[in-house]
Amino acid sequence: MKKEMICISCPMGCHLTVEGEDGNYTVTGNTCKNGEIYGIQEMTNPQRVVPSTVVIKGAMLSRLPVKTADTVPKGKIFDVMKAIDEVVVEAPVKMGDVVLADVCGTGVDVVATKSMAAC
Amino acid sequence: MIYDVVILGGGPAGLAAAIEAKKEGAENVLILERDRELGGILNQCIHNGFGLHTFKEQLTGPEYAERYIDMAAELNIPYELNTMVLDMQDNGDTKMIHAISEENGYQALETKAVILTMGCRERTAGAIGIPGFRPSGVFTAGTAQRFINMEGYMAGKEVVILGSGDIGLIMARRMTLEGAHVKAVCEIMPYSNGLTRNIVQCLEDYDIPLKLSHTITFIHGKDRVEAVTVMQVDDKLKPIPGTEEIIECDTLLLSVGLIPENEISRGAGVEIDRRTNGPVVSELRQTSIPGVFASGNVVHVHDLVDFVSEESVLAGKGAARYVKGELKNEDNFTTVNGDGIGYVVPQHVTVSNIDKDLTFYMRVRKVFEGSVVNAYIGDEKIATKRAQKFVPAEMVNFKIKKSVLEKYPNGEIKFVVEPKEAKK
Ligand SMILES: Cc1cc2nc3c(=O)[nH]c(=O)nc-3n(C[C@H](O)[C@H](O)[C@H](O)COP(=O)(O)OP(=O)(O)OC[C@H]3O[C@@H](n4cnc5c(N)ncnc54)[C@H](O)[C@@H]3O)c2cc1C
Ligand code: SF4
Repeated sequence: MKKEMICISCPMGCHLTVEGEDGNYTVTGNTCKNGEIYGIQEMTNPQRVVPSTVVIKGAMLSRLPVKTADTVPKGKIFDVMKAIDEVVVEAPVKMGDVVLADVCGTGVDVVATKSMAAC
Repeated sequence: MIYDVVILGGGPAGLAAAIEAKKEGAENVLILERDRELGGILNQCIHNGFGLHTFKEQLTGPEYAERYIDMAAELNIPYELNTMVLDMQDNGDTKMIHAISEENGYQALETKAVILTMGCRERTAGAIGIPGFRPSGVFTAGTAQRFINMEGYMAGKEVVILGSGDIGLIMARRMTLEGAHVKAVCEIMPYSNGLTRNIVQCLEDYDIPLKLSHTITFIHGKDRVEAVTVMQVDDKLKPIPGTEEIIECDTLLLSVGLIPENEISRGAGVEIDRRTNGPVVSELRQTSIPGVFASGNVVHVHDLVDFVSEESVLAGKGAARYVKGELKNEDNFTTVNGDGIGYVVPQHVTVSNIDKDLTFYMRVRKVFEGSVVNAYIGDEKIATKRAQKFVPAEMVNFKIKKSVLEKYPNGEIKFVVEPKEAKK
């Protein structure tokens, strides 16, 4: 099988061609190693980082930005969003604090992407 | 007290410029920011994809901002929040900055150098004039982004987006993830104005249709948006009769471009380039007024914050050298945008101020494949920039070595898009 795609790992947006069968793929068109990893993953198990917000109490703003600390399977994005929607945290929070561990059994934590002081 | 450098705006440009000015030996540095926190537009850009060039990681906007805020804190750079700069006056050796804030009331600050880093603002519906009433439910994409990501209000449920700029694409995904139904993104041009990666990860991932060569010709609804009329356009961008399609929606987001915010610059007499809508600048980002520098989106609209930071390091360096009396002003070259190029920044170059090389930022006017960008001085080709493809949405950064520029007499550097030469 042969598939053309655009690498989204960085803003260069290289045009990749991925060729091969089950677990044996070759990637061309990439400028760096990340492109190869991305190309193979798109064929086997596409992954994305999910950024969103959670409710925060006692801070200057009412929303705290968060993200999955690593990529999660694309098919799980909406489940992850649902789980993130239920989180409520209290200020203060530091960037990198885990607000939800092992989201939806993916083994990936949801972490704060901003520090917010209590006020 | 007379400040060394006062920085107008505490976004990524202002932060990076302040940090560099301080490192290069400017002593009394101050950042003035009208918002309630530092970080600028990055605070509402909660998505990842920032900092790949600078930090070699995929950071979100707030994370990228916090790294710079922490660096500024380590250098003890003072800042004043909720402080709106109203005006700047050039008195030769010093400049006066007039600002107001609740805490300090009206202030007039005297400084040797100023760095303009006010960023840009979004073009609005009024600015492009779509017929119809003015119902609620019409937002600029950035306003919707701020509502959703910072205040926690959802902007609507059934959404159409006009314009395929990055903010519109990012918001298409964001609203989909929050449960809205994004029915279409309409783009009047035959190509997208956003980064390719955003088309893939924001539209294609969620099967959101991108209608190229389509525009919105009417907004229906009196109190709240009820629908929009979408029409195809011809190659002169005129709507083609008979192609009308009515799409029901309760929300229309506009992502139709950004305009550098230069009221203060204009008021002080800074020369503005009508191609960029930003100040004309030199290699170290000095404007037409000696001692006034500028960087980031106030100079030209950047799509990647990494280049904002890179450019701001130059401005910070320039300001510090100006204060120390080390900035040269020989103005060896003027840059010119030739065929296929919309603008070039910087517009002026003093070669002796360059450290090792200088990056010229430019945008192409349309999509070019099988082409290169060449730089000429007189008839001589001095450098070539290669890429798989050049698109207007992605700024071209073209690095030229100081040692190359030193070889030529003063004059013009002209940038042109030309066909790739066949391999011998
Ligand atoms: C919605 C959106 C999405 C983006 N997505 C990405 C992305 O995925 N990846 C990426 O790398 N880049 C992205 N960018 C680009 C990048 O974020 C910007 O180019 C960058 O933030 C610009 O920095 P700046 O400091 O020039 O401007 P800004 O961040 O706008 O900062 C300007 C600051 O000046 C202040 N100010 C203005 N006028 C005054 C005044 N009169 N007095 C006092 N203060 C004033 C403002 O309040 C603001 O804080 C995105 C931009 C936007 C708008
Ligand atoms: S292949 Fe490498 S350089 Fe090209 S887009 Fe992917 S990560 Fe970027």
